Amino acid sequence: MSTSLAAEVPWPPSVEDFFLPPIAEGTDPWFTKITVLVWVAVAILIIFFLVTYREPKLVPTKRQWIAESIYGFVRNTVARDLIGHHGIRFAPYLTTLFCFVLLMNLFSIVPLIQISPNSHIAFPAILALISYVLFNYLGIKQHGFRKYMKNSLVPPAPWFILPILIPIEFMSTFLFRPFTLAVRLFANMFAGHMILLVFTLGGFVMLNSTPLLAPVSVLSWLMTIALTFLEAMVIVLQAYVFTVLTASYVQGALAEEH
Amino acid sequence: MFSFAAEGGAEHNPIIPLWQEIVVGTVAFAVLCYVLMKFVFPRMEQTFQARVEAIEGGIKRAEAAQAEANQLLEQYRAQLAEARTDAARIRDDARADAEGIRQDVLAKAREESDRIIAAGKEQLAAERSTIIRELRAEVGTIAVDLASKIVGESLADEARRKGTVERFLSDLESSGAR
Repeated sequence: MSTSLAAEVPWPPSVEDFFLPPIAEGTDPWFTKITVLVWVAVAILIIFFLVTYREPKLVPTKRQWIAESIYGFVRNTVARDLIGHHGIRFAPYLTTLFCFVLLMNLFSIVPLIQISPNSHIAFPAILALISYVLFNYLGIKQHGFRKYMKNSLVPPAPWFILPILIPIEFMSTFLFRPFTLAVRLFANMFAGHMILLVFTLGGFVMLNSTPLLAPVSVLSWLMTIALTFLEAMVIVLQAYVFTVLTASYVQGALAEEH
Repeated sequence: MFSFAAEGGAEHNPIIPLWQEIVVGTVAFAVLCYVLMKFVFPRMEQTFQARVEAIEGGIKRAEAAQAEANQLLEQYRAQLAEARTDAARIRDDARADAEGIRQDVLAKAREESDRIIAAGKEQLAAERSTIIRELRAEVGTIAVDLASKIVGESLADEARRKGTVERFLSDLESSGAR
């Protein structure tokens, strides 16, 4: 059995492992495991929230309570505590964002799915772009273009440092922010998947090369399990970080002074 | 990286997004945002608000109930105090009545005793007058008896005269004691 597997083990894991063969011929890349998972995530979230919140009651049922807890968590700890009291109007978007990222990330450790759409940069890029447009739009709407630019670019510093500071501020706020936001999430999910691949496939490769390495391959698979738990932590953390950073950018754009 | 891509046979750079996936992701996320932000989270806010109002309303109702209870308690206390004064008044009245009755009884008793005493006195007076009348009647007879005895006996005998007088007197006493 191990010899038959040996021929099929692709080694080493590569970028191509993230681009699975198309489900149906000629539909790639419109209809792949990745895009299907995106739709599944959307469907799960819509169904979950619509079902649990079909007829809300003052005294919540258990499922209604779960749905409210998710929203309440983002609303209170992210929207209200970070942006301030008027930040509650962003809570619906932030919660949608958080749930979407979290569920998409979660696919990377769900057995048989085990790949997250967020390991393709297209999806983090869309979300980061929305955050970018959102905070800039809000800043311009709040202060007007001139004042917003002044708030964002001119820190309270002696005039002779400004020639250095202004380009740095410009790059960090308007160039790097969306890029880091997208890449942070993408790279975490990409690396997580890659690490799990390395330890899983590595176990097979070692087992196939010589039976003497069998204990090491068992160790390798145990590592896979341990790293899956680590991955679970990363999944939640990255979803949270993405949401918190978006909220923080919004807060910065709305703030009066730099 | 390029070597991997070459091995895979297709050009895949992980940092360059596929435009098809961008389209799919945008549409999917837009649908998600539309549904959740229009139909779910605003209703949650409403529910939160309603809950806050319900709790505040509950507190208000509880306060009203408390106030009513306090008022009732005050009322009962007032009634109780009133009842106590009533009771005290009734007791005082009763005591006064009892005193009056006692006085009446005493007065009647005194009257009765006075009456009895008066009757006794009257009776005594009547008896006295009867005795006096009888004595008067007897005194005449006794005087006659005495005189006849004095006259009949020898006046010279001193001793006998003395005895005669003493006998008379004892006779008189015994008749008076009757």
